[in-house]
Amino acid sequence: MRRFDLALPNSVEDCLKILAERGAQAKLLAGGTDLLPQMKDGVLKPALVVDLSGVARVRQVHNGDGLRIGAAVTARELEVNPAVRGAYRAIAESAALVGSLQVRNLATVGGNLCNAAPSADMAPPLVALEAQAVIAGPGGERRVPMADFFTGVRQTVLAPNELLVELVVPPPGAGSGGQYLRHTPRRELDIAVVGVAAQLTMADGRCTKARLALASVAPTPVRAIAAERSLEGQPVTPEAIERAATLAIEAARPISDQRGSVEFRKHLVRVLTRRTLTTALARASA
Amino acid sequence: MAKQILQCTVNGEPVEVLVQPYVTLLDALREDLGLTGPKEGCGTGDCGACTVHVDGKVVASCLMLAMQVRGRKVRTIEGLAAPDTTLHPLQEAFVRHGVPQCGFCIPGVLMAAAALLEENPRPSEEEIRYGIAGNLCRCTGYTKMVAAISEAAGTLASQGSAR
Repeated sequence: MRRFDLALPNSVEDCLKILAERGAQAKLLAGGTDLLPQMKDGVLKPALVVDLSGVARVRQVHNGDGLRIGAAVTARELEVNPAVRGAYRAIAESAALVGSLQVRNLATVGGNLCNAAPSADMAPPLVALEAQAVIAGPGGERRVPMADFFTGVRQTVLAPNELLVELVVPPPGAGSGGQYLRHTPRRELDIAVVGVAAQLTMADGRCTKARLALASVAPTPVRAIAAERSLEGQPVTPEAIERAATLAIEAARPISDQRGSVEFRKHLVRVLTRRTLTTALARASA
Repeated sequence: MAKQILQCTVNGEPVEVLVQPYVTLLDALREDLGLTGPKEGCGTGDCGACTVHVDGKVVASCLMLAMQVRGRKVRTIEGLAAPDTTLHPLQEAFVRHGVPQCGFCIPGVLMAAAALLEENPRPSEEEIRYGIAGNLCRCTGYTKMVAAISEAAGTLASQGSAR
């Protein structure tokens, strides 16, 4: 690895001071599972690395009226946290798919989001659950809906002098259920060819809210809005699910690469949308 | 880019060592502390040869900077046997089953298995396979690993019930 300075701030405020001075040449280090390989490869050459392991605020999960997830909470913590496995199950499912155990004990939700790979597994459930990113900067804190957080491949709304502090997830409420599924050629330690998160809220046999978010089919995670609208206000019958699965393909703008062709990815969007909606419905009714 | 003082616990002993800010935990363990049990296979967190415990959890030490373990407890394969060099039941079982072939992956596999058994003392075969899923063995000697880990779990359980 190229040489760099290492800052060890103990608070969000300290961190912002460091970023105010040297943000343009700095990289924030949370879990390091994406950052260090890119630095070892010479893809990234920061002059300064800012280690977040001493910043307590970004390492905590609070469950009260909704969920607050610190940006540097690890994938493993989310995978096993009882509150996350309860009402926010799609988040726990996505976290369980990240890398090996050795990686999940390091990798963080904020790192997964800020690295902003189109295939990031933890993004679609947070989009589907309408999470907001709490971002600290020189002018105080601002909130950005997860659906607007990503601006391109490996690009987000974060400025160099800003820090993603936490994710605020509103409570999905009674009668809501969700799931995240992805397709990979092998079961573990792989990158999503397509990922789909579904969240359905039901009342009196009808869908009151539907959210579908797709990974690996566009430069950023995307919502399948036409499919969502087709479900809302209706009973979620097998026919309605099939119609939504077909509509979800419209939101996908995939590329062909070594992981899958455009046609295969569109096929997977249909299959995974059908499966996640079916499970979300069962969980909403449970 | 001055060296920084790293204070932590390694294999039960307090350690204070000067490290460069850009040094990984794996390199600090191997080069500065002489603990060459953890190996560098891929350097990108894919192979598990560098697996150590930090605060009881398995991590890829090639993906951490040394300074990230300040104030924390690190355990390497050198700390798995008892201080009087009595082997850990996992190590005993690995010897008895002749698990190591080239041996390069074994320190990492043992640390992954040790963490698994601390969390789940009676794992199923499926759980054992999942527990070492982050460790690649290019000799492909997984079958004997699973048998040895299963046997060690039984040994540990009977030791526990004997106490």
